[in-house]
Amino acid sequence: MWGLLRQKVGAGSSSALSMQRIRPVVSALRNYSSAAKEMTVREALNSALDEEMSADPKVFLMGEEVGEYQGAYKISKGLLDKYGPERVLDTPITEAGFTGIGVGAAYYGLKPVIEFMTFNFSMQAIDHIINSAAKSNYMSAGQISVPIVFRGPNGAAAGVGAQHSQCYAAWYASCPGLKVLAPYSSEDSRGLLKAAIRDPDPVVFLENELLYGESFSVSAEALDSSFCLPIGKAKIEREGKDVTITAFSKMVGYALKAAEILEKEGISAEVINLRSIRPLDRSTINASVRKTNRLVTVEEGFPQHGVGAEICASVVEDSFGYLDAPVERITGADVPMPYAANLERMAVPQVEDIVRAAKRACYRAVPVAATA
Amino acid sequence: MSSSVVKLLITKEEGLEVFEDMYLGRAFEDMCAQMYYRGKMFGFVHLYNGQEAVSTGFIKFLKKEDCVVSTYRDHVHALSKGVPARAVMSELFGKTTGCCRGQGGSMHMFSKEHNLIGGFAFIGEGVPVATGAAFSAKYRREVLKEADADDVTLAFFGDGTCNNGQFFECLNMAALWKLPIVFVVENNLWAIGMSHLRATSDPEIWKKGPAFGMPGVHVDGMDVLKVREVAKEAISRARRGEGPTLVECETYRFRGHSLADPDELRDPAEKARYAARDPITALKKYLLENKLASEQELKAIEKKVDELVEDAVEFADASPHPARSQLLENVFADPKGFGIGPDGRYRCEDPKFTEGTAQV
Ligand SMILES: Cc1ncc(C[n+]2csc(CCOP(=O)(O)OP(=O)(O)O)c2C)c(N)n1
Ligand SMILES: [Mg+2]
Repeated sequence: MWGLLRQKVGAGSSSALSMQRIRPVVSALRNYSSAAKEMTVREALNSALDEEMSADPKVFLMGEEVGEYQGAYKISKGLLDKYGPERVLDTPITEAGFTGIGVGAAYYGLKPVIEFMTFNFSMQAIDHIINSAAKSNYMSAGQISVPIVFRGPNGAAAGVGAQHSQCYAAWYASCPGLKVLAPYSSEDSRGLLKAAIRDPDPVVFLENELLYGESFSVSAEALDSSFCLPIGKAKIEREGKDVTITAFSKMVGYALKAAEILEKEGISAEVINLRSIRPLDRSTINASVRKTNRLVTVEEGFPQHGVGAEICASVVEDSFGYLDAPVERITGADVPMPYAANLERMAVPQVEDIVRAAKRACYRAVPVAATA
Repeated sequence: MSSSVVKLLITKEEGLEVFEDMYLGRAFEDMCAQMYYRGKMFGFVHLYNGQEAVSTGFIKFLKKEDCVVSTYRDHVHALSKGVPARAVMSELFGKTTGCCRGQGGSMHMFSKEHNLIGGFAFIGEGVPVATGAAFSAKYRREVLKEADADDVTLAFFGDGTCNNGQFFECLNMAALWKLPIVFVVENNLWAIGMSHLRATSDPEIWKKGPAFGMPGVHVDGMDVLKVREVAKEAISRARRGEGPTLVECETYRFRGHSLADPDELRDPAEKARYAARDPITALKKYLLENKLASEQELKAIEKKVDELVEDAVEFADASPHPARSQLLENVFADPKGFGIGPDGRYRCEDPKFTEGTAQV
């Protein structure tokens, strides 16, 4: 992490003027270095974008409604006013077009942040994400790197039906040449988005609409404009010794809730917030499993060939002898998202599902109905 | 009758039918807003208020076999195409009696019986599917030798969609292959908060028709009588096998983009200007001034429609929620190998997510 921090200071000097503008704020914070602050995920993302745009004039934001509307989910609030329409670009509704344009600009060293109103719409741009962005460094034998960020809300939303409610983590994480990040908290959001923008490679940055309004306490260190999290490192959100639960994005919150319930029943769960889906922090996951000997993976995406499947494979490869119970995957149901509220609830993982699976892994009795 | 003196644009029967359909669209959507705020429907609900002249003006010329492809703003297209208000309302309530058993929702209305084939929530994606529906009619006539296969497809979509590549790709193929389709652009001047003028290099969408070798027509989409005139010709042309038409209907939505949109960017003066051109008020005026209908007749229609919409709500409210077993149904036409037990039934009780089943 500190390596990345240093790197940032170097990059920041390219825009001395704007750095001056944010410096006073930073030093004021430093004086109160013990003071943590409550911050929503929305504010965290907004401040990360703001600081990176301020630090590097090559960073620009492009997408539908990012400017005058202030972002469909208000993530870019205030940025148009601050940076103007040349750096905060409202595009027509043409994902294939503007994503490709972003990629071309990145070939020439600009650092585009492409906002998808939701990640569902990235499907219309997937050719450019995978073909033009992810493969170019390789195809050109390292001549052309693509420092671009694709970001927006991902995963199950509420009541919006099959086309608007889907997790793309496994889709993009299976593709060489892409880095895939999925923040949970405000600290994750700040640190990972900054890392993504500074990274020289294409990064798919999966946010979650239902988390935008959630508040988390953020340390003074994480509020510093130089703050940055390493790509490829998971975070142990909660230590435990009986069972490991991996999760990312919104499911981290669910896993933490499940861990609280399990604790009351005498099961100590370790919760790993993956943060980075690709590269995947295999060593943190395996070290945890070697300690707890049990694993439950949680994700909202579809079961087949999912993130959980990859984690399972990694644990089977590296820590097979340590497993005391079959690995259990909690995922979204293997169906397009239904609209009806009661069906929708069944289609996405619930805290109870995680609790039940963890208990099964620990050979505790589970309600009969569940196995009828 | 008096029509021998003044040339009327519509007969009494047609006039009443058109009025009823437009009023139904309006009353239904107003009711949706109420139900949304009461928590009876959820997610993104996009209402059609203000644009009724387009749906009614076009769809009422269609036969049942003709096809309609819509967007996420699809409730009223469904109603105009004849999907019962009960089935649409129940769908919005997420109930089994909905036209898609509660599985599709507001943005995904389908009714095979009525040849309404979506309900596409992504910008542009409905356009090629509609073009494919038109292709199938031509194929049936020419390859399968079904002489009476003269069905026409209407593709409805917005101004914002006309900047998406799929639109251009389909104009080309539809003209190239002379497909029986009408591309109906509902230019309401805005795509959420993006003004049409800020999004497009040449705001006159109709001009893109001739560029691809098909007629392009601009029509006042707030005047159902004018829309009908254009619609009639474009649909007949498609039916005659003469190929596609691009119609740009200038219209306006009277509400926000969806019920979640704060709608802060549209100028109140602009809104007022279009509100003054309310297509339902305009039609009413025409019918009354030309003695095609009396106040009482129109009132009676309004009352009938209001009752119909009330009934739809009561019906939807009283209808059952989907059973838990429904979660896994309909993923495939042939679900062998996917969550089906040896007895051919869905294994909804099985606790494993990973075998294509779910803890339900
Ligand atoms: C591919 C894609 N990108 C973005 C969106 C988000 N979106 C939903 S509606 C809309 C605006 C569409 O405007 P327009 O085509 O004019 O139709 P209107 O809503 O005005 O009827 C946008 C951008 C989407 N649904 N699909
Ligand atoms: Mg529009």
